[in-house]
Amino acid sequence: MQAGLDGRVLTFTKAGFAAPACRGTGGGTLVMTETELQQADSILGQFDDRRANLIAILQDIQAHFYYLPEDVLRRLARKLRIPLTDVYQVATFYRCFSLVPRGRHQVQVCLGTACHVRGAPRVLDRILTDLKLGAPGTTRDRQFTVLTVRCVGCCGLAPVVRVDNKTHPHLTQAKVRGVLNKYRLKRQSQEEVASAEEAGDRDATAQVG
Amino acid sequence: MPKLTINGIEVLVEKGVTVLEAARFLGIPIPTLCHDDGLAPASACRLCVVEVRRGLEGRSKLLAACSLPAEDEMVVHTNSARVQRARQLLIELYVATCPSSKRIQDLASAYGVHECRYEAEHEDCIQCGLCVRMCEQQMMAGAIGFAGRGANRRVSRPFDMTDKRCRQCGACLYICPVCELRCAGPAAEATLCNGCLNFAPVCFQSYDDAMCFLDPCHACELAGPLRPDVKIKTRARATVLSGEKQ
Repeated sequence: MQAGLDGRVLTFTKAGFAAPACRGTGGGTLVMTETELQQADSILGQFDDRRANLIAILQDIQAHFYYLPEDVLRRLARKLRIPLTDVYQVATFYRCFSLVPRGRHQVQVCLGTACHVRGAPRVLDRILTDLKLGAPGTTRDRQFTVLTVRCVGCCGLAPVVRVDNKTHPHLTQAKVRGVLNKYRLKRQSQEEVASAEEAGDRDATAQVG
Repeated sequence: MPKLTINGIEVLVEKGVTVLEAARFLGIPIPTLCHDDGLAPASACRLCVVEVRRGLEGRSKLLAACSLPAEDEMVVHTNSARVQRARQLLIELYVATCPSSKRIQDLASAYGVHECRYEAEHEDCIQCGLCVRMCEQQMMAGAIGFAGRGANRRVSRPFDMTDKRCRQCGACLYICPVCELRCAGPAAEATLCNGCLNFAPVCFQSYDDAMCFLDPCHACELAGPLRPDVKIKTRARATVLSGEKQ
């Protein structure tokens, strides 16, 4: 399935990106491949067509694709026979759902009062530098999404960072790299990441330009 | 059948009737912004708050009348001092959100809200949800809905694209209490209108009995066509001067 606006096709897929690939149009709307749509249908097939299942289905879709693709939400609405706005309302309400692709690992940096006092902003800075991010968001290789959260409810462990529901207590700038390395792809060395990003840049410019 | 007392009047109503309906049956006005007879109550605007006490003992509570089922031994006051204070505060907040809405300005005049202490935001939505409910419940379309959360909550179309469910019927515009043009009276830039009370002549666009291209607002009607006792204060913050020494 090839789609594009004004003939532009932006490729979001990057080398080393283990999440399901998706291609998008120049307008920023991501378009699913046939395989992905089949995967989505199999997720939808696991549930009864009841409105009460909406959040559970959305959670499964989010866990599989790391975001909620528009096409899948449309299918979901049709299948449950509810207006798309009802799905959209829930999808935009909860912070665990995202309409734009997120990384494979979610890094939640607590910036609550206790963590703030014990140096969370510095930890956040180091995480962002380490992942080459300017601001909280998703890395180019879609391995990590950095989110800032308020309080995760364990102020005694401040400053705290949660990665994929695992809590890492008492973080310092020095410990950041070690924590993140646990979640990095094993086979991938730093050079590979760098070259992949470079190649990705070339692709994007070539196809957009 | 529940028997309740509204402003000292005993009334028997059918089961399931709301306090708002019971009050309106008695001819007691209760202001609303988010209520429509054809739609499910949302208790979003809270303007219909009334003071309710159950039985003879206990404390009274402020409850939204539009979604409050009438019960036996309920004692309701629709316009007590406490209710008025609550409504005045609400109206003040609404005026700050949507100064362009004539309905809200009328309410401000009617409830004597003479100053607005909050910064005007000039939004075009008070999130009453009337359009969303209209689209869903009367038009059977469900093309618009709320999106986001907290301060980012807004009425939106899914993915900001017009759905084929939307038949462009315009019912959402028809029912919206705030998206309307404002009377461009003398104090158009002030947050709070009440302008017609201050100024003579009442409005720039005054005709024989209507003051502008819209129907005269409540304040204009109260003020009458001319207010010789009020000095003209151009561009002044709208303050009702009547009753005050000048």
